[in-house]
Amino acid sequence: MPDATESPARISRDEVAHLAHLARLAVTDEELDLFAGQLDVILGSVARVSEVAAADIPPTSHAVPLTNVFRADAVRPSLDRATVLAGAPSVEDDKFRVPRILAEEA
Amino acid sequence: MSDLTRLSAAETAATVASGAASAVEVTEAHLDRIGTVDATVGAFLYVDAEGALAAARAVDAQRAAGAELAPLAGVPLAMKDVVVTEGLPTTAGSKILEGWRPPYDATITTRIKDAGIVILGKTNMDEFAMGSSTENSAYQLTRNPWDLTRIPGGSSGGSSAAVAAFEAPLSIGTDTGGSIRQPAAVTGIVGFKPTYGAVSRRGLIAFSSSLDQAGPFARTVLDAALLFEAIAGHDPGDSTSIPQPVAPAVAAAREGARGELTGLRVGIVGELGGTGYQPGVLARFDEAVQTLRGLGATVVEVSCPHFEYALAAYYLIAPSEASSNLARFDSVRYGLRVGDDGKHSLEEVMSLTREAGFGPEVKRRIMIGTYALSSGYYDAYYGQAQKVRTLISRDFAAAFGQADVLISPTSPIVAFELGEKIDDPMAMYANDLCTLPASLAGSPAISVPCGLSDGLPVGLQIMAPTLADERCFRVGAAFEAAYGTIINSIPELTL
Repeated sequence: MPDATESPARISRDEVAHLAHLARLAVTDEELDLFAGQLDVILGSVARVSEVAAADIPPTSHAVPLTNVFRADAVRPSLDRATVLAGAPSVEDDKFRVPRILAEEA
Repeated sequence: MSDLTRLSAAETAATVASGAASAVEVTEAHLDRIGTVDATVGAFLYVDAEGALAAARAVDAQRAAGAELAPLAGVPLAMKDVVVTEGLPTTAGSKILEGWRPPYDATITTRIKDAGIVILGKTNMDEFAMGSSTENSAYQLTRNPWDLTRIPGGSSGGSSAAVAAFEAPLSIGTDTGGSIRQPAAVTGIVGFKPTYGAVSRRGLIAFSSSLDQAGPFARTVLDAALLFEAIAGHDPGDSTSIPQPVAPAVAAAREGARGELTGLRVGIVGELGGTGYQPGVLARFDEAVQTLRGLGATVVEVSCPHFEYALAAYYLIAPSEASSNLARFDSVRYGLRVGDDGKHSLEEVMSLTREAGFGPEVKRRIMIGTYALSSGYYDAYYGQAQKVRTLISRDFAAAFGQADVLISPTSPIVAFELGEKIDDPMAMYANDLCTLPASLAGSPAISVPCGLSDGLPVGLQIMAPTLADERCFRVGAAFEAAYGTIINSIPELTL
């Protein structure tokens, strides 16, 4: 596990490009330069959490613990199809239309 | 009739109930005010005059028919644009949702409508509620009505500005790390973040799901309590909604207004003050402590040693959750689509759409979250931040053993100049220092005005234990009764 204190985050331009790809953001070259510097500063700062001795402390995911919340297994009306599709950028045959999923041969 | 826009929400409701003015007249007065000032203030992204007047007419018809009116019937309200409203444009301040009209109402939208509250329109905000100045809106700047060169706070800056500029007596904000309390502080009004789970999140466009909580803005503590009670309560449509009765906020506000706090223990959090806080902010805070003593409260110092790590923990947890939540903006079911020209694959269209549709702060946070959640870094960043969150909750628990409420300044600084911090993310994040601990612990906190520093409002934050929301209103109302409000000393807007 990387120790964030001893080796403060150093985010390279290439790493930002990788993160942008993972996050599906087609960032520009100018943004890569800008974000690399900014993310480096932000990550260097938030890495302070590692200064806290917390090895035996349980994590909190939600402040108010609630477990096993189920709704009644009952039929309820759902949104009308036309209403839902009205917000979509592209529709065909009462379905969401998407661009091709499989890459074509180059 | 005197100017209907200067009344409190409680006074407005009484005016409508008595017939001294109709709900339509009240609504028209506020629409006129919006028409006059909002080109300057920039609080609203969308004004729904037709819908507002129809809602007002329905209240007037109810009254004419002899029906009993709900406590806030006929009172106008401005809704933050992160809350979905059926048929009304809802953008969350982002270009990626430009033109989208939601197919359903959020639970709080339904409750507001059912209470006869009149929705005037949707207010500007930092994109997806990420920011402290509303400058991250993709659409427009909102200006602080106290000084038009300054920020109205954020992310709910349109909602705070609308109330401070008398465009609405009530508004809804959402608070993830301080986005109700800080805007309330810097615009001289009241803002309340409820206990996490007290108000339904169904229909809030999610930023950080374990932190997001909607709440009221108003010009008086009683008004904030009335709106809180109108929107709070268990919602089976939100699995994190707490199945318990609503805290008695209105009764607590009325009790507090008697100006008596004898026996109450007030804790000053040592870690929330000192270096980095403006002298004017600290001076008003010290005076507020004296005011609370004058009301009979006992003041003690408490220590919350892990609060100094709240900023770091928050800026890992919130971006991590955001990076996951914002994956839903994939150009398929709603919103923008870019590059769908037959030459790009679905994945490329998603990337081009998100690149074009998201602003810089949203992109930064998505990438920070993506980084913090990635294999190899998860334990050191996100996992560690969640442990710090536990320690912050324990600090609160220990402090609430010594005090009934905790107090601090709401923000270390007064409203800063537009543009001053927009290129320095860490400087912007530091605005949240005082508000983040209660966000991470899920506990309630209110900001009430406690004076001016160089003519700009300062807020007093009052924090209470989880599910003891009413304490914020009791103490806030007592302080208000002793100190008064500052909103009536706001300078006339220069249009």
